Amino acid sequence: MVGCWCVICGVVHAIVLPSDDKKCVKRYLQPIDFAKLVAMNSAADGLDVEKVHVWRGERHVLKGLSLEVRPRELLHISGPNGAGKTTLLRVVSGLLRPEQGTVAWKGRLISSSPAEYQAVMAYSSHEPALKSDLTALENLRFAVGLKRRVAIPELRHVLERTGVGPFADLPTRVLSAGQRRRVALARVLAMSATLWLLDEPYSNLDASGTELMSGLLQAHVEGGGVALVVAHHALALDCNVRRLELNS
Amino acid sequence: MKVSAREAFMLIVHRELCLSFRRPEQLLQPLVFFLIVTTLFPLGLSLQLSLLRDISPGVLWTAALLSSLLSLDSLFKSDADDGTLEQLSLSGQGLTLIVVAKTCAHWLVTGAALVIASPIVATALGIPVAAFATMMLSLALGTVTLSWLGAIGAGLTIGLRRGNVLLSLIVLPLATPLLIFGAAATERAISGSSAAGALYFLASLCVFTCTLAPLAATAALRITLE
Repeated sequence: MVGCWCVICGVVHAIVLPSDDKKCVKRYLQPIDFAKLVAMNSAADGLDVEKVHVWRGERHVLKGLSLEVRPRELLHISGPNGAGKTTLLRVVSGLLRPEQGTVAWKGRLISSSPAEYQAVMAYSSHEPALKSDLTALENLRFAVGLKRRVAIPELRHVLERTGVGPFADLPTRVLSAGQRRRVALARVLAMSATLWLLDEPYSNLDASGTELMSGLLQAHVEGGGVALVVAHHALALDCNVRRLELNS
Repeated sequence: MKVSAREAFMLIVHRELCLSFRRPEQLLQPLVFFLIVTTLFPLGLSLQLSLLRDISPGVLWTAALLSSLLSLDSLFKSDADDGTLEQLSLSGQGLTLIVVAKTCAHWLVTGAALVIASPIVATALGIPVAAFATMMLSLALGTVTLSWLGAIGAGLTIGLRRGNVLLSLIVLPLATPLLIFGAAATERAISGSSAAGALYFLASLCVFTCTLAPLAATAALRITLE
């Protein structure tokens, strides 16, 4: 039975995932640079991305990208479509492992202690990532409840802050795109994370939503947080914003 | 405050059950398929109870395997499609815990339901009441094993557009021992002899998959998540 399974999986991998297989080989052949590890451990607070290379299929998306973001700092990532903005956020979140290079939070590689890193990180993809059959409140409860113990009144309060309080008990499939975005924003807020990774958080938001988003980002950064934000327009924020322009 | 593994497990199971019961038509589909396929056999065959009794274990088990396959496709795919699987995998709980919890919840709404519905089917197929206990026990062991095999297949085929065909091609050959020993156990029970040997085999397959399949399914999921 096991042998049969191995053969089938091998065939599936060979057909479906040739580039991934190559990636795995590359990853395991990569030598560990102990000098760099020691240097990283003595690095300052915040996020350090060093010489990250990512291939998507045959395309070399991130070519040796290095960046650092310190507490009370916001990195605004922009660039044309397909420049690798989402890929960069996925690498920083740990969803995607780079073929080369390292990502470290507070001087520790994120792959060495993923659970600890994920506890202080909130990632929001360009889609709201909500279950359409669950209510806004349930969506929050099941997503945030895995990160930290959280009470229902607290979640209701967060939903009210993002302007979707009256819709907390409706299934999210009946909400508009903007309202779904606000629920996703509430999820990021409720996670009370230090590091925010937001992929196009302004999409589908109206004028008041944009203002709310900017206000929350500013409060987060001024309160000692770190944020990486992918956005196509200039951010009108009154805090420490750095800009990273990715080219395709 | 950190969430313990037990709390996280219960929360994911609760989430899955909530989602299943919000879509009752999806929940009932495999069960109705199981009932219809098995009741078609007595209608299509001649009215010979002895013939029906001879083929009933095979019919019962084949229908159970096929109806379980119907629901396997959605095990990880719906979460992967709407992006919630990414959120789950970044929740700070290990991916293995998520896979185990989701598969257990999946078994509760599909496998357990199948076991509970099996006496109705057995009556239609002319299986004597005395054999019901053995039949249900063998189906329980078999469906647990099948859920685990399915979790591996579902993890491997998330990213594919027509993954459900490939999923059946991966899972069905692995499920042949289940069919053989499951049908053998039911047959022995019908004829009144001891089904212990076949049941032990089913139990060992169940333990084997319960221990190793979570690791395999997690590895499959990790590959497809990237």
